[in-house]
Amino acid sequence: MRTDLRQRYDEDLALVRGTAGWLAVLGLAVALLLFPLYAPGYLLFTAVLAATHVIVAVGLTLLTGYTGQISLGHAAFVAIGAYTTGVLGRGVPALPGLAGGLPWWVTWPLAGLVAASFGALVGLPALRLTGPYLTIATLGFGIAVNQVLTNWEALSGGRMGLPIPRVTLGLGGLSPDRQLAYLALGTAAVLVWVAVNLARSHVGRAFVAIRDSDIAAEVMGVHLTRYKTLAFALSAFYAGVGGALFAQALRHIEPQMFTLFESIYYFAMIVVGGLATIPGAVIGAVILTLVPQWLTAAREWQPVVYGAAIILMMAVEPQGLYGRWLRIRAYLKTWPL
Amino acid sequence: MPDVSQAAQLLVGGLAAGTLYALMALGIVLLYRASRVLNFAHGDLATAATFVAFTLMAGGWGFPLATTAALAAAGTFAAGFYLVVLRPAREATLLGRIVVTLGLALVLNGLTTAVWGAETKVFPFPLSDTRVYRLGGVVVSQLSLGLLGAGLVLVAALYLVVQHTRVGLAMRAVAQHVEAAQALGIPARRILAFTWGLAGALGAGAGILTAPATLLDPAMMLDPFLKGFAGAVLGGMDSLPGAVLGGLCLGVLEALFAGYVSVKFKTTLAFLVIVLTLMVRPEGLLGREVRRRA
Repeated sequence: MRTDLRQRYDEDLALVRGTAGWLAVLGLAVALLLFPLYAPGYLLFTAVLAATHVIVAVGLTLLTGYTGQISLGHAAFVAIGAYTTGVLGRGVPALPGLAGGLPWWVTWPLAGLVAASFGALVGLPALRLTGPYLTIATLGFGIAVNQVLTNWEALSGGRMGLPIPRVTLGLGGLSPDRQLAYLALGTAAVLVWVAVNLARSHVGRAFVAIRDSDIAAEVMGVHLTRYKTLAFALSAFYAGVGGALFAQALRHIEPQMFTLFESIYYFAMIVVGGLATIPGAVIGAVILTLVPQWLTAAREWQPVVYGAAIILMMAVEPQGLYGRWLRIRAYLKTWPL
Repeated sequence: MPDVSQAAQLLVGGLAAGTLYALMALGIVLLYRASRVLNFAHGDLATAATFVAFTLMAGGWGFPLATTAALAAAGTFAAGFYLVVLRPAREATLLGRIVVTLGLALVLNGLTTAVWGAETKVFPFPLSDTRVYRLGGVVVSQLSLGLLGAGLVLVAALYLVVQHTRVGLAMRAVAQHVEAAQALGIPARRILAFTWGLAGALGAGAGILTAPATLLDPAMMLDPFLKGFAGAVLGGMDSLPGAVLGGLCLGVLEALFAGYVSVKFKTTLAFLVIVLTLMVRPEGLLGREVRRRA
């Protein structure tokens, strides 16, 4: 029988608990460090893709899982991030100082910030909208952004899309793909860590309070306007950074990559992994990145697999895979009982 | 000063498109009213049903027979989906139910693409797009006229069912208060399944009416479905007349916008309209959303 039940308050506060916990963190760190060094090319690409999905899904979980605001327009934030890096990285000849293009460590955070400001913009009407109305408004936002990107050719290159300059860490002796993989895994790890801590902070608790009952939360002194907008902006920031990474991974972006279907796929990730838990979002994002890779022979079945996975998950285990794991763990902990 | 006949022309085109939006909106509102479920699979079910009609016609069935069969199939499928999947998930949250319909949308869309292929097909329809009538200075195609007529018939049929039959009365009762309706002996589950079936058949009707104008392909109903959503929000998610009004308004607005401002950003307008409506009148034009008190 395991005996790592919490006994003191600071054990409850600790981010990593016990020797087993530290070993797991160490193992994960070593794996993340070694993987890009030795993995073959196609696995590297899959890893970068998985990292982008993890970032977007974790951001979406903060909004949908924690705050209870459904967004079906997340692909739009991803697109905004991707296009921000694309346009700024290539350079804007009309603006002084921007003609040569900016390096990735400037454009990625900027991509997040631009997406976040759009997120706050969408979050403002969200204050008056609840449930289905909000869903439809975000859906509309996604479609609108896609249409603007398709038609505003001067900015986005229209249907032809935009080439993305390659990024590197500037390390000699390491292939650019491996450097990008380090960058992707590192960014994802940092952002997940931030999200885990955020969820534990007063901000995360305010989000959960709003999800459970916005009226009660307001009575308890949660500033609804501030936190609902913050949730949208944060979530969009994650999506924007994810989009920047996505653009970098594919090195070419076009509006067709950011449709309603992508928004639904992101949604599927957080549902399959487990709504309202950050590990759940990570698990869901990784699994739903890997599944289509195995399905390459039958690409057209991908939506069917995603859809069936969603329906099955809601029917069998609404808490998602992570919820099932928590239950198994709780069962083991209390076992002979 | 814009030409009067051009405006009239745009108006007619907008009304024809608006009829389709209204039909989609009706299906969405019907379900939302009854069970507070936003059915994201509505458009994909309509597409699948249209493909069924297409296959039946290719197999030698006549248009009326094939259409009726497709409507029946869509209705049966939707009712079955409610009974088998959604009903057991009744305990799930609003989010959970939305997620389930999203999943169904993906499955239906994927199956349609896998079975019938992604390339566009020509849907055989008894009315022609190219035969036109001149009414004054306005040119109306036979197809648009047929569309308006068929839409009118479907709306009238739905009105009769909901307002003047016992089933319709039960539907309205369930929509207002499920528990109270059940306490009075209304079989709520069967009524809800019937509502789902009715909405599914209505969607299939909209799909069959859309196919001749756009060409048949798996993504065909995406646009009308989204516009139907927009129309439903515009009219009020709680009101069936609102859905019709919202759909028609959206069609006309869109046609005028496309005619006088820009064709490219037509779809963007629809969502600008929703957001503005929701900011000013969150319950929609004819809606009456009951304010929740926690």
